Amino acid sequence: MSGPPPIVLDRAPLPAVPGALLIRGGHLFDPRAGLDGPGDVLVREGEVAEVAQDGTLEAPEGAEVLDAAGLHVMPAFVDPHVHLRTPGREDEEDVESGTRAAAAGGFCAILAMPNTDPVVDTAPVLASLRDEARRRARVPCGFLAAITRGQRGDQLTEMAELADAGAAAFSDDGLPVRSAGRMRQALQYQRLAGRTLALHEEDPSLSGDGVMHEGEISALLGLAGIPSVSESTMIARDAALAGWEDARIHAQHVSALESVRAIEEAKAAGVALSAEATPHHLLLTDERVRSLDTNLKMNPPLRTEADRAAVLDALRTGTIDCVATDHAPHAREEKEQPFELAPMGVTGLETAFAALHSELVVPGVLGLAVLVERMTSGGEPFGLPIPTIRPGAPANLCLADLGRDWVVGESGYESRSSNCAFGGWRLTGRVRMTVAAGAPVYRERTFAVGAV
Amino acid sequence: MRSSLLSVDDLTRADIERILDRAESFAEVSGREIKKVPTLRGRTVVNLFYEASTRTSSSFELAAKRLSADLVTVKAAGSAVEKGESLKDTVQTLSAYHPAAIVIRSPHAGAADLVDRWSPAAVINAGDGKREHPTQSLLDLYALRRRAGRLDGLRIWIVGDVLHSRVARSNVLAFERMGCEVTVCGPPTLIPRGVESLGCRVAYDLDGLRDADVVYALRMQQERMDGTLVPSLREYATRYQIDGRRLGPHQILMHPGPVNRGVELAAEVIDSPQALIVGQVESGVVVRMAVLYELLAGRPDSGPGPGAGSGRPDPGSGARGRLEPAGEPQPA
Repeated sequence: MSGPPPIVLDRAPLPAVPGALLIRGGHLFDPRAGLDGPGDVLVREGEVAEVAQDGTLEAPEGAEVLDAAGLHVMPAFVDPHVHLRTPGREDEEDVESGTRAAAAGGFCAILAMPNTDPVVDTAPVLASLRDEARRRARVPCGFLAAITRGQRGDQLTEMAELADAGAAAFSDDGLPVRSAGRMRQALQYQRLAGRTLALHEEDPSLSGDGVMHEGEISALLGLAGIPSVSESTMIARDAALAGWEDARIHAQHVSALESVRAIEEAKAAGVALSAEATPHHLLLTDERVRSLDTNLKMNPPLRTEADRAAVLDALRTGTIDCVATDHAPHAREEKEQPFELAPMGVTGLETAFAALHSELVVPGVLGLAVLVERMTSGGEPFGLPIPTIRPGAPANLCLADLGRDWVVGESGYESRSSNCAFGGWRLTGRVRMTVAAGAPVYRERTFAVGAV
Repeated sequence: MRSSLLSVDDLTRADIERILDRAESFAEVSGREIKKVPTLRGRTVVNLFYEASTRTSSSFELAAKRLSADLVTVKAAGSAVEKGESLKDTVQTLSAYHPAAIVIRSPHAGAADLVDRWSPAAVINAGDGKREHPTQSLLDLYALRRRAGRLDGLRIWIVGDVLHSRVARSNVLAFERMGCEVTVCGPPTLIPRGVESLGCRVAYDLDGLRDADVVYALRMQQERMDGTLVPSLREYATRYQIDGRRLGPHQILMHPGPVNRGVELAAEVIDSPQALIVGQVESGVVVRMAVLYELLAGRPDSGPGPGAGSGRPDPGSGARGRLEPAGEPQPA
């Protein structure tokens, strides 16, 4: 039997760069390509045509020339964990607004989760979403399909057929696959479907009706807690199953120190396991939940400083492979409720890079090179290429002013929702332009450009 | 003191002492034939109750009436809440009547903070989920101070379902603030992980109970008795029930009510002279009068009240700030 087809991401037919785009005088920064200094980049026919010394490239006839002095020119980012809320909750986000938010955050590709209404669990639903993306997506989108029908955990989806129909991967994200037996079957079926299983790791018998991290703050607030072990024991279980079945899994939104240890052990044992961490788990702790701000309610929850430090350390060493936003838009009226009633999830596409840059790179906690590597590698666990600035590579570029301060939300959001965990924060580092798969998909309003 | 009472944490020790002293002065009024004072005449107090309540609701009603306030009581049953109106819309609707104070009881933590954010009225938390019940703590302190003559240095054991008890949480904070030494005790499944950070000790058996000056038993709620959190009610009672053998002759027994006779308390201790349970209930009205007075009478549009002269309360040094606008959703 032949394997599944390669993953194809979908996007609207945006006009490619007219003729060519010459980005002049920026600080080229791509650790994988060994770039760290001033230079020029020429984009032609959707590809990086040339990379050269600062001021040495001539603009071809009709090319747009962009003065990038003062900007970093980096490979654009890949987010393996986005909720586009389509179909079903287009009031919270749709394919157009979600991918616009991604572009504004410097992302050139995203993977969307299937916990929509209806759930993406059949080929027709997947096909209609891919059609929608081909009409309205600004940045290339991949769509995951559910592992179990309706994400109910009791019956596998037609994984092989869904892979043939273009599912980028499989996930029941939002819910764990409770049954170890069902998880094992899904891992077995990966031999046909060939796609990574992205796993929301949570043992519901431990997390129960918890709404925040179980610890001192939940004890103070009288809120039901979600213990760290509800995540780490499930990672350990699934890593054991994946090792047994020789399968490939990806642990989503890792939040706890105990989980980091479980991942380290699984990787040391040779399990094909990758993991992601979100900006909010890398930067925030449950201390902030004292305010009962519902824009700090998500699952998994913000945990303690020891957890945050462990997750950050794991990101630095590569135990955690990449950054993912878990961008989860929610309607304002749903978040304007008492903490226990508000839905879980925060938006993050527009702030991921700026928040991590301001809070980790600027104070010298994390190198810019590591941050760029972890923000560009989000597609790797799923077999997608890593954006890079090399001649012949697809043009996926993020131009950012690393010295620019801005206040999150002060001029609104590209997303249809405003439940951002960093709302009101002053951040340093602003994405000013994004090129995704050869087409300019975002320009900051004040970023003047002109053709020669 | 700040303009709303959302948490015991909002109160300094001086704030608490002032409220208890004020309650003493209202207790004299309650002894008169005409129990009313004109302090809040012409002002409106809204009682917004999203949970069933007898003593808290009725004592707030009496407190408001004895201060001559106009009172509106809104209960979730029979109101627009039943038609699906959100808390925010209900609060904005009620705020249109310009109440001086909104007293809110909600099954959800932080509900009072939200009302405080959405309404210009003074907000009193009359119980928010499993989080806090600050006026219960104040009346407990009041009743205990009257009985024991002091609060500082008392050793207090809070026994029972600490996990689900807003009274326990508020009282740990309140007793600690007044210089008491607090131990919480109960089965491990009903003691929240990390509770020591509130400043209390934790015990899982009653062996050390003899050293306590005060035994504060919590209500074991019916809905928690289904056998998933404790193996059986019988075993629970065997290990944690306060009975005549366990309660010493010089110990004071407290309970927030309503009591499950034969579960957390044996009948003989409920009716014993050590029990302060009726005294707690009696304290409810005067303490809530004192809270309403503290929050409203110092405000510009208020009339004079009894004992006015203690001046403007000092700004609570240990007071927790309001929810900052950082928590506010961003403008679209």
